[in-house]
Amino acid sequence: MDNAPPAPHDYSLTGPSSRYALEHGLANAEWYRAPIPRARMKELMKRSDGPAIRDTIIWIAAFLVTGGLAFHFWPTAWSIPFFLAYGVLYGSSSDSRWHECGHGTAFRTAWMNDVVYNIACFMIMREPTVWRWSHARHHTDTIIVGRDPEVAVMRPTVVLRVILMFLGVPQVWGAIKSMVRHAMGRLSPDEADYIPEMERAKVYRTARIWLAIHLAIIAVSIYAGTILPMLFVGPLPTMYGAWLHIVTGLTQHAGLPENVLDHRLNCRTVYMNPVMRFLYWNMNYHIEHHMFPMVPYHRLPELHEAMKPYCPPPYPSTFAAYAEIIPAIIRQIREPGWSIARPIPREYPAQAVPAE
Amino acid sequence: MPNWIAACSLGEIAPEDVMRFDHGGRSFAIYRSPDDEYYATDGLCTHERVHLADGLVMDHVIECPKHNGRFDYRTGEAKGAPACVNLKVHAVKIEAGKVMIDVG
Repeated sequence: MDNAPPAPHDYSLTGPSSRYALEHGLANAEWYRAPIPRARMKELMKRSDGPAIRDTIIWIAAFLVTGGLAFHFWPTAWSIPFFLAYGVLYGSSSDSRWHECGHGTAFRTAWMNDVVYNIACFMIMREPTVWRWSHARHHTDTIIVGRDPEVAVMRPTVVLRVILMFLGVPQVWGAIKSMVRHAMGRLSPDEADYIPEMERAKVYRTARIWLAIHLAIIAVSIYAGTILPMLFVGPLPTMYGAWLHIVTGLTQHAGLPENVLDHRLNCRTVYMNPVMRFLYWNMNYHIEHHMFPMVPYHRLPELHEAMKPYCPPPYPSTFAAYAEIIPAIIRQIREPGWSIARPIPREYPAQAVPAE
Repeated sequence: MPNWIAACSLGEIAPEDVMRFDHGGRSFAIYRSPDDEYYATDGLCTHERVHLADGLVMDHVIECPKHNGRFDYRTGEAKGAPACVNLKVHAVKIEAGKVMIDVG
């Protein structure tokens, strides 16, 4: 299924897989697009502030209620369920806010996208400039080995890493290392591959500000003699609330083919309940999002209807998606070249990868 | 030396929309603004060479369909990451019901 680079897979952006992708027409390639009429696409891409303002008011209210009750009941055990709910908002729903506002599609008004983007970035510990560029690359070269910096489950699967992701461990450890590196004025070779020179000063400045905020929170906790501030802001809620964004996030691409040029093959659309869709801002419509990333989250259900004839059947539930994902990533421990094959409608065949 | 080429007819582009026009191996984007003025730029985003004609026109801004790079199509000014390099603009004139652009 895969147009696989030479084994072993090298996910760095400067190694042999990267050269392979560049030499074989896999980088910045033409991808399949469903033939949705221009007039319909214009309607679907149209921006408005209303839905995201409504959702953001609810979001802030949910923070205040869960955080307020957690604070009220602290230090009794009654605070635990409220911290767990607060953590999901902090460490998981921030993922979708980061994502949608990063695309600039959530709100029509640019500054509203920027404000929510920066807050959500801080919560999920993704430095705003770095992740804006990494996500642009993810959309250009989705799950192309050696090009995409956002491959969540690399092959062969390291099961312990996947499990620790639900606790936010690899993400937060990686974020702290990056923040310190950037505060010292350095980028990794991979970051240097996708962050242009003119944006780097911004990276270093933000990292220094973030580092100062994190150190201040630790200092306040030590001074006050309580861990409470650290339970509300910083790496801890990012970690204890991470699990839900991994539950939803792994449905996006895990187990699906690498090095293909058709989002119907390497993305999943999964039906989810309204609460999950609120927290996830409709990113369960992931084929649709990748094929037409400028459609706002609140129009994705309509785009899904328009794209149905061209796409594989959606997964009826998160459980159905995991019934496929778990065996697949286990199989990819020993067979990293294997992947799930999605049924593409015969009338609309998959985009071919360039010939060897 | 201007090199005027007829790109499309008046009214062929809806208000606040964009159309692709290819000529001499180059791609251009022709815009009709909400105030019914016509403009033209290079057709490919300066970030990753995606066709801007598939993007969204909002007021006087064209947004790239792939990565949200935004440009003021009247001046070509890049409005923020990931669009960091300005877009080349082309002069436009209307003649005999046609939108003419200078491709020189």
